[in-house]
Amino acid sequence: MAYSEIVLDHFKNPRNVGEIVNADGLGEVGNPVCGDMMSVYIKVDGDRIADIKFKTFGCGAAIAVSSMITELAKGKTLDEAMKIKNSDVAKALGGLPPNKLHCSNLGADALHAAIKNYLDRKSGKVMAKEEGEPHHAQKGEACYCPYCEKKVEEESPFCIFCGAEIPHEHDH
Amino acid sequence: MAFIYLDHQSNTPLHPRVKEAMIHHIETVFGNPSSDHQVGQPAAQALDRARSQAAALINANPPEVVFTSGGTESVNQAIKGVAIGLREKGRHIITSNIEHKSVLNSLRTLRLLDYRVTSLDVDSHGLVDPGAVEKAITPETILISVMLANNEIGTIEPIAEIAQIAKKHKIVMHTDAVAAVGNIPVDVQELGVNLLSLAANQFYGPSGVGALYIRKGTPVWPLLDGGTQENKRRAGTENLIGIVGLGMAAEIAQAAIPERAVRLRALKERLEQGLKAGVPEIHINGHPTHNLPHLLSVSVEYIEGESLMLMLDDEGIVVATRSACASGSLRASHVLIGTGMDFATAQGTLVFTLGEDNTAADIDRVLEVMPGIVQTLRDMSPIYKKSAS
Repeated sequence: MAYSEIVLDHFKNPRNVGEIVNADGLGEVGNPVCGDMMSVYIKVDGDRIADIKFKTFGCGAAIAVSSMITELAKGKTLDEAMKIKNSDVAKALGGLPPNKLHCSNLGADALHAAIKNYLDRKSGKVMAKEEGEPHHAQKGEACYCPYCEKKVEEESPFCIFCGAEIPHEHDH
Repeated sequence: MAFIYLDHQSNTPLHPRVKEAMIHHIETVFGNPSSDHQVGQPAAQALDRARSQAAALINANPPEVVFTSGGTESVNQAIKGVAIGLREKGRHIITSNIEHKSVLNSLRTLRLLDYRVTSLDVDSHGLVDPGAVEKAITPETILISVMLANNEIGTIEPIAEIAQIAKKHKIVMHTDAVAAVGNIPVDVQELGVNLLSLAANQFYGPSGVGALYIRKGTPVWPLLDGGTQENKRRAGTENLIGIVGLGMAAEIAQAAIPERAVRLRALKERLEQGLKAGVPEIHINGHPTHNLPHLLSVSVEYIEGESLMLMLDDEGIVVATRSACASGSLRASHVLIGTGMDFATAQGTLVFTLGEDNTAADIDRVLEVMPGIVQTLRDMSPIYKKSAS
C-alpha cells in the first residue's frame, strides 16, 4: 500500500462529506465509467467560500483528495480557491502514488467547476447547476502512439514503430 | 496482527509441510540435478520426485511436466512455444475475451509478429460457446487457448468439449488452469488438452514456481534457450527449492481437494446468501453452478471497489477488488465488461477467495461489517441518491 498516513486519515475520516441544500455553486466532474466522479457544493458569503461539501464515487485516493480540497478551500476567497492547483492537493496529502495522481486532478477541477458555476449563476448565464465536462472522455478500443500516430497494441510499453516510450494514458 | 484473509487467489500461504520440505531440501541438498556425480544425484532425485508429485495432481505422465517460474511463464511458453513451433503451418490463434493478462499479452506480442487472433465473446455468465470456437477455426488455425476457470468470476469453462473440437481439427489446445489446479480436481486425460498451465502459489506452495503440462508430441518450441534441462523444453538450472515446494504442495492438494472443496463451497454459500440478505443492490458474478468452490465475485452498485477494499482492510478483512482504479491500468476489468456488465457496476467489484484456514466465524464477521461499510460509501457517493430518486 503506497498511500501516505494523511491520505489514509482523510479516506477513513473524510471531512465535509454531504450536500448543501440550496448551494450557491455545484461542480461535477468525472463519471463512474472512468472510475471516479466528484460533486462539490459551495456556499458563498461575500467573496468567500463559507461552506463546502462533497460527494465522491471513487478509490481511496479520490475520497482523500475530495476531503482535502474542501479543507483547503473552506474560508478562502474565490480568487484564492481558483488558484488551488492539483499539485497543492497532492502535496497537502503528503504525496500520492504515481498512478493515482489523476485523482488529484479531479479535486481541483471539481472545486473550480463549482466556483465557475457560482459565477455563471450570479451573472445570469445559467439558472442552477451545470453539468461538468466528463473528466475522462471514453476512448475507443484502439491505442495510437502519441508521437508517430501509428496504431499500437494496448498497454504497449513503447512504440514498435518509432521506439518512443508510451505514457500511461491517465498519467497527467 | 490478526486478520481474515480472503484473497487466496493473490497468493496462498505456504502450507507448513511445504515449508518443512523446502527447508529440509535447503539443508540437505545443494547439487545441480544435471550433474552425474554424488552431489548432483540427490538433486536429480528431488527433481524426479517433485515431477511425479506434480504429474499425479493432474493425472499426467511425469515426463510431460515441465517446471517454470510460475503461471505467467507457463502460459507464455505454451502460447509462444506453439506459435513458433507451428509457424510454417499457420498463424491463426483462437482465444476468449476473458483470459488472464498473461494470455492476452502473449497474444499481443504474437500480433506484432503477424499472427492473427480471434477472441471469442462469452455469455453473461462468462461461458465460452464451444460451437463458436468451432466456427472460428480456419485452415490456418494452430492453437486454441481457453482458460479452465476464470480467476475473476470463477466460471469453469467447457474445456473437454472445446478440446474435442480442437482434436477433431488437429489443432493444439492449451488451457490456462492456474486458477483451477489445486482447488478442483483437474485431469489432463479427461480434459484432453495438449497443454495446461498451473502455478504453485494457488495451492499453498511457493510463489515463483509453476509447471506446464506438455502432452507427448506437442510441438512446443522453448522460450528460454540454453541447456537441455526439462527435456529440452526449459533451459537453465532448475529452481529446485521452489520445485520441491510445488511437488509437496501438489501431493497435499491431491489428498485435500475433495474435502476442502466441499467445505469451502459451503462457506462461500454462507457468504453469498448473507451478502444477498444484508446488502441491497448487489450482483453475484459468474456461472451459478459451473464455478470454483472457493471464489465469490460480487459487484456492489453505486460505489467503487478500491475504497470498499480499503475499508474492509481497516476492519481486518483482506479481499481483492477489480475496480479500474486498483488495476494499475485504470480500465475496468475486461472480464466483467466481457460478460456484458456496465462499466460503473464493474467498478464496484470485490473478489473473495476462501482458503483452508477460513471458518464460518470469518464469514460471519464479513457479513457483520459489510452492510455498514457499503452504506457509508453509498452515502458518500454522488450516484447513489441520483439512482435512488
